[in-house]
Formats: sequence, structure tokens, C-alpha cells
Amino acid sequence: MPIPSAVLSLVVGMALVLSGLWIGQNVELLPVAASLNAPIYDQLFKVLFSIGSILFIGIFGLLVFSLIRFRRREGESGDGVAVEGNLQLEIFWTAIPAVVVLFVGIYSYDIYDRMGGMVPLSDPHAMHGSMITSQETDGSGNAVIQASVLGTPPEPSARIWGGIGSAQASAGAPLPVEVTALQFAFLFHYPQGDITSGELHVQKGQPVELRMEARDVIHAFWVPEFRLKQDVIPGQPTLLTFTPTRAGSYPIICAELCGPYHGGMRSTVVVHEPDEFATWFEKNNTATVATAPSASSTG
Amino acid sequence: MTITLPPQTSSSPPGLQPQGWLRYLSFSLDHKVIGLQYMVAGFFFYLVGGALAGMIRAELVSPISDFLSREVYNEVLTLHGTVMIFLWIVPVVNGAFGNYLIPFYVGARDMAFPRLNAVAFWLIPPAGFLLIASYFIAGAAQSGWTAYPPLSLTTPAAGQVVWILSVLLLGGSSIFGGINFIATILKMRRPGLKMMQLPMYCWAMLGTSILVVLSTPVLAGTLVLLSFDIIAHTGFFNPALGGNAVVYQHLFWFYSHPAVYIMVLPAFGLVSEILPVHARKPLFGYTTMVYSILGIVFLGLIVWAHHMFTSATPPWMRLFFTIATAFIAVPTGIKFFNWLATLWGGKIALNSAMLFSCAFIVHFVFGGITGVALAQVPFDIHVHDTYFVVGHFHYVVYGGTVFVIFGSIYHWFPKFTGRMLNEDLGRFHFLITFIGFNLCFAPQHWLGLNGMPRRVAEYDPQFTLVNQISSVGALLMALSTLPFLINVFWSAFSGRVAGDNPWNALTPEWLTTSPPPVENWAGEAPLVTHPYGYGVPPGRIDLGAATGREIWSSGQ
Ligand code: HEM
Ligand SMILES: [Cu+2]
Ligand SMILES: [Cu+2]
Repeated sequence: MPIPSAVLSLVVGMALVLSGLWIGQNVELLPVAASLNAPIYDQLFKVLFSIGSILFIGIFGLLVFSLIRFRRREGESGDGVAVEGNLQLEIFWTAIPAVVVLFVGIYSYDIYDRMGGMVPLSDPHAMHGSMITSQETDGSGNAVIQASVLGTPPEPSARIWGGIGSAQASAGAPLPVEVTALQFAFLFHYPQGDITSGELHVQKGQPVELRMEARDVIHAFWVPEFRLKQDVIPGQPTLLTFTPTRAGSYPIICAELCGPYHGGMRSTVVVHEPDEFATWFEKNNTATVATAPSASSTG
Repeated sequence: MTITLPPQTSSSPPGLQPQGWLRYLSFSLDHKVIGLQYMVAGFFFYLVGGALAGMIRAELVSPISDFLSREVYNEVLTLHGTVMIFLWIVPVVNGAFGNYLIPFYVGARDMAFPRLNAVAFWLIPPAGFLLIASYFIAGAAQSGWTAYPPLSLTTPAAGQVVWILSVLLLGGSSIFGGINFIATILKMRRPGLKMMQLPMYCWAMLGTSILVVLSTPVLAGTLVLLSFDIIAHTGFFNPALGGNAVVYQHLFWFYSHPAVYIMVLPAFGLVSEILPVHARKPLFGYTTMVYSILGIVFLGLIVWAHHMFTSATPPWMRLFFTIATAFIAVPTGIKFFNWLATLWGGKIALNSAMLFSCAFIVHFVFGGITGVALAQVPFDIHVHDTYFVVGHFHYVVYGGTVFVIFGSIYHWFPKFTGRMLNEDLGRFHFLITFIGFNLCFAPQHWLGLNGMPRRVAEYDPQFTLVNQISSVGALLMALSTLPFLINVFWSAFSGRVAGDNPWNALTPEWLTTSPPPVENWAGEAPLVTHPYGYGVPPGRIDLGAATGREIWSSGQ
């Protein structure tokens, strides 16, 4: 007895969904996750990958099936059936993408929110708030240095727009670092301790706040293992906050075409264990001993 | 064969027009001649752009910068992108097929403005040669086809200015073409032919032309301002002089995102013509297909900032552009399901035209899925400006549009020349292109996810193997043009004679001789109100002209 086609399509559909889910969960395409928001990102990636696999395999399968099943046989002429449309079907396949897209949009909004992306960085109050937090933790000795962290005092008109906001700052006071991008290098300056370095050294578990500015052309700061990227734009400071979670060295890559040596414009971010970081910091610290980084006191 | 021509209209005085192959080197006003001029010129530039792509892929065989100097790499990259977009795809899917087919489809003897049409074409060769010449004379532009300031203000000025001039000429050409298509489709229709009876390619070209006319002037204005910044040291986009570099990006992408649809909508239209003929079924869901084109046009105009998620855009803007971008998947999805439904239950001939069209469906679905992923801000932040984007983008423009161009050439070559292309060579061409393409561009998604930025001449050693696979794919694609070229040249002179309507198709260009006479029809233009009436019993549809009826019934 032939299997009823409704049952058959149900089975095929379920197999399709299951294999899509399996691919999304089991095919590893991303580098290691080394920041607090990287696993959140990877969750989104898995969902998108699963949905994408289901749709792609489904449409591909349908196409190949039609080409085989409805191919014109030898010596056959004449036309297929004259079906010009079907309102129910049209509504059905308008609804499917609409629902999928809506779901994906809401879900990625949630992911983005959890990564701290929805904090309005151009809001002077948000800026002010983060300044006060770090001042409190740093103690009185840092008042002068604070001013240099933020450059000019945050006027309401200062447009500091960033990639990912400061929602993670609750994990502890962020370590401020000033990033200068120029053809063809990144320079990192730690206002606490007045350290200047060609590499970014950070401490596992402590939030870092990068305040980035470009000297000449647009560059982009990208650490694939952190799943973070932010353009560094001349004349318009940008902020990027992240919390490294895995010790090790990762590449910092310039992702925006910035001239002939663009491909060579890269650096390293070293994520230290807390005590290691304190050692590094002490060794390079050129300011007075009183300006111990908040890192070693809280970490 | 003798063809009695109807009275000449004043637009094409007979004595002044060269005849024979010389027509193709002249300032001809015949839309068919202009269409083929676009086609041949476009294909020439495709070979140029392909050679440049070959140089890029040759450089990327090894992780260090050895084959090309870093400056030259950026020049080659910029030229490749510019040539492929502005001199190959846009002129061919719009100019070539649009000019050839639209007058037939609306039942006209020529475009609305034949002289403007010729001017639009003749802007292209000088613009193209200017662009290429810059490489040999002054050094080509180095700042990528996007020419973001301040980089484009600091690289050698001569090449950048020539680049701007060339793109302005090409933009002008495209605006002239757009105006002409809108006027032709709206005003030149044969009496009695309603808008909702037009073949789908007309709707696609109407939508495309609306995009061209609305967005290309913005690009032109932006580039003029950029040239002021370069030549006169004004500060529109130069932060050092108080300008704003991000404003350029907004203006640039206001054109260049719709530009993707300027390349892809006509391809959608062409596929909608090819599938019904070779599946012998009506195009499924004509009305929703029309509305989905209009939906894509509207959404296409309001999504540009998804190219700028990492360039310091405020959160609300990221949210808006995420949602708007992702929603393009809805009208696009409708089209794909309708094409599948067109195939379903048909009598499908798996010839070269059909193979390329079906491969287009596969590739575009893939590119569309990665596109919806890219629309999600958190996803895009990681992969923006990486090889993931290069992979996505070539799935759309090459796997989508170029495959359709090839499919269309297999489909319409008999009409252009009166001879068939060789099917075996065609399938061989398809096979190599298909394998080469996927080998070249699929691995690039992995490269991007794992840390290879785009536009670099050197990369980390762990990416070597995958880059080499990609380069082998590119080599296959380069080789695949050989069977195609051999086929075209051989078949044009000694191919099987096609007859007027080798596919038994119902759209009006097939209801005349192959190749068609000047002014398209010997007698009155047929009134085709049912361009996809396959399988419909005779008498149920009114094909109008006597020729149409004969053709139709022989298809049974
Ligand atoms: C013939 C096969 C092709 C190959 C092998 C190829 C290869 C490449 C490669 C490797 C890149 C990336 C370079 C980089 O970012 O470092 C690239 C960029 C690009 N390609 Fe292609 N491509 C091909 C066809 C096309 C076509 C048909 C188009 C049509 C629009 C196109 C448009 C572009 C554009 C716009 C870019 C970006 C250029 C830029 O970043 O400024 N390519 N191509
Ligand atoms: Cu850079
Ligand atoms: Cu760079």
C-alpha cells in the first residue's frame, strides 16, 4: 500500500528539521570563545545556522526532486499542467519567511541586548555614570588620571558611539584603555599607570573599556575570539567594552581597508591570569606607585 | 528571406544606418543592436575583471605578499570590483537584455528615446577604457570600490579622480537607461496591452529603473563632493578639516545597497522568463511576483545602513536596519517558492539554460540565507569586512546574477543570431562553472568566521590551504569561459539553424523571425496578453496575432 503523501511529507519535514538542528549544534565553524559575549554570540550563530540549514536543504531538496521527478522524458512533448497560482499556498509561503524573520529578529535583538549593545553610548548620562563608578573604585589618587581617561569632559554633545556598550561593567570596574589606530599599527595607552604598549594586555574576568580614536584613516578593531569589531574613526571617538574570559594570546586584526599595509596591520591581545597581569602592569608602570591599577586591587 | 518593413518611423532614417555587422560598430538607434553592443562590451569587461580576479587569487595562493606589490594588490582589487559591478553586471542585465527584450515585451518597435539609448551605451566604452587606462598611466585607485574617505583622500589622487570620473560616466549611462526603460514600459505599450499582462521581466526592469533613477544621482552627488575634497581640499568628508567620514558611508550605501538589487532584480526577471518555457508551465503566482518586486524596491531603498553596523551607528539605527533588511527575505522568499511551484508538475527540459537557472536558485538561496544572518547586528559585528562577506556577496552577484546571464544567453542566443548554441558544450560549461564557483566561494565563509579580513594581500598561515582551494576554484571558473567562448563563436557561424521559435515559447520576441528585422515585426506587432499560457487549452486564451496562435498550437 502506498504511504499517504501527508504522512510522507510530515516524515520528510521532521527529518529535515532534525538534520538542520543537528548540523547547527554539531558543525563547529567558529574559533574559540574568549570573551563574556562570545558564547552569547555563538548561541545566535547556532540558531541561525540551524534555521539556515533547514531552509537550504529543504529548498535544495525540493528543487532536485522536481528536476528529477518532472523531467521531460525522451520523445515527450506538450505542456505541464496549467496552474497559475494558488492563494492559500501564496499566503502560506509569505507567512513562513515572515515568521522566521520575525523570530530571528527578536531573538538577535535579545542577544544583542545581552551583549550590551542597546546601551545608548551617546547618552551623556551613561558616560557620566561609568566615570563615577571608576572614580569611586580608583580612590582619590586617580582624580587627575580619570580626566585623561575620558579626554575632554563628557559634554552632552560629545558623540561617542560604540560597538558594544557597558552592560557588562557590573562585573567590576572596567579597565580603561585608550586605543589609537594609525597607519599601520594600534597603540594602547593605559591612563592608570601611564603605560603605552603596542600590545593589549588585559586580565581575565575584568571588563575592559576601549576608547578608540584614529589618527589618519578609518581602521577597525577586531578580535575574532571575542566576536567583537568596531571601526576606529578619525574625528569620532568610539567605545568598546568587553570582558575576556580565557587566558591566552589572540590576534587583533584591522578589518577596514586602510592602505597598502592594511594586511599587516595587526597586534595581539594578551589575556593574563590576574596575578600575571599585576606583574606585567607593575613592570611597565611609569607613574607613581600610588596609582596601582584597579585591576590588582579588585581582581 | 524577404521581409516587408512597415513604414519607417522618423527615429531611424534608413539610409543613414549601416547594415550588416558594421551596424554593431555604429551609433545605431535600433534597440536590438544597442542591446547586443551592451552585451559584447560587457562580456569584454567581464574578461578584464576576471583576469583581475585571477591576479587576486594568484596573490592569495601564498600567505605572504609576493606576486603583486601591496599597492598594486589594492589597485587590482579596486579595479576588479569596479569593473565587475559597473562595467559587466549592471550594463548586461539592464542594458543588454533590457534593450533587447523590453520593446518586444511591450509590443513596441523601439525604445521610447532611441537616441538617448545610444548615448547611454556609448558612454560605457570610454568610461571603461578610462578606468583601465588609469592603471597604466597614473596608477589606479587604491581604496576599494567603496572609496571610503579619508583613505580615498590620502591615496594617490590621480587614480582616484579618474575612478570618480569613470563611475560618474557609468552612473550617467545608467540613469539615461533607467529613464528610457520607465518611459518605454509605461508609455510605449501596444494598445490593448495591460500592465498586468506584461512579461515579468518588464516589471523587474520597471522596479530596477525606479531604483536606478532614485539612487544613482545620490552616488553621483557624493562622488562629486568627494572629488572636491580631493582636488580642491574642501572638507565635506575629511575629519581633519571638520568633515564627517561616516556621512560619506551613508550616502554611498544609499546607492550601493540598491545597486545589489539593480543587479539582481533583472536577473529575477530573466529567470521568470526562462523557467516557464523550459518547464512548459505558466509562471506561478504572477500577481504576487509583481507585488514582491515592488516590495523589494521599497525595502531595498531603506536598508543601506546595514553596511555600517560597525561604523559607530546609534543602537536605534542598528535595530531599525536589522529589521528592515531581514524583511527583504519575505518578498524574496515568495519569488523562490513561486519558481519552485512553476517547476512542480512541469515537463522540465534540463538544457543549459535551465541548468544555469536552477543553479541560480540554489546559489541565491544560499546567499540570501547568509544575507539574513548578516542583517543581524550581533552576527554582522563579527564577520563584517571579512571573507564571510566576500563569500556571501559573490554567491549573490556571481552565483545569482552571472549564472542567470549565462542561462539567458543560452536561452536567447537563437533569437540573437538565428542559430542554436551547442548543448553538449553548454552543459560542459555549466558543470565546470558550477564546480569552480562553489569551490572558490563556499570556503571563504569559513575564512571570514575564523579571522581572515577582506582586502588583504597577506594572511595568517593557517588559512593557506583553504585559500588555495579557493584559488583552484577560481582557476576552474577561468577555464570554464573557454568552452563558452568556443561555443559562441562556432555556433554563431555554423550552429544548427534555430528557426523563429525553437523553444515554442509564447513571449512576443519569439513571434517574429530570428534574428528579428529592424522595427521588430514585419507586420503589426502581436498582442500577447498571456505570455505564460502553457498548457492552457486553445480558445481559453487570446493570443491576438495569427502568428501567436500558430506557435501556440504547435506547442501542444
Ligand atoms: C570571476 C570570478 C570572480 C573571482 C574569482 C572573484 C574574486 C574576488 C576576490 C578574491 C575578492 C576579494 C578580494 C579581497 O577582499 O581581498 C573579490 C572582491 C570583489 N569582487 Fe570578485 N570575483 C569574481 C567575480 C566577481 C563578480 C562577477 C563581481 C560582480 C559584481 C565581483 C565583485 C567584487 C567586488 C565588488 C569585490 C569587492 C572589491 C572591494 O573590496 O573593493 N566579483 N573578488
Ligand atoms: Cu588599519
Ligand atoms: Cu587596515
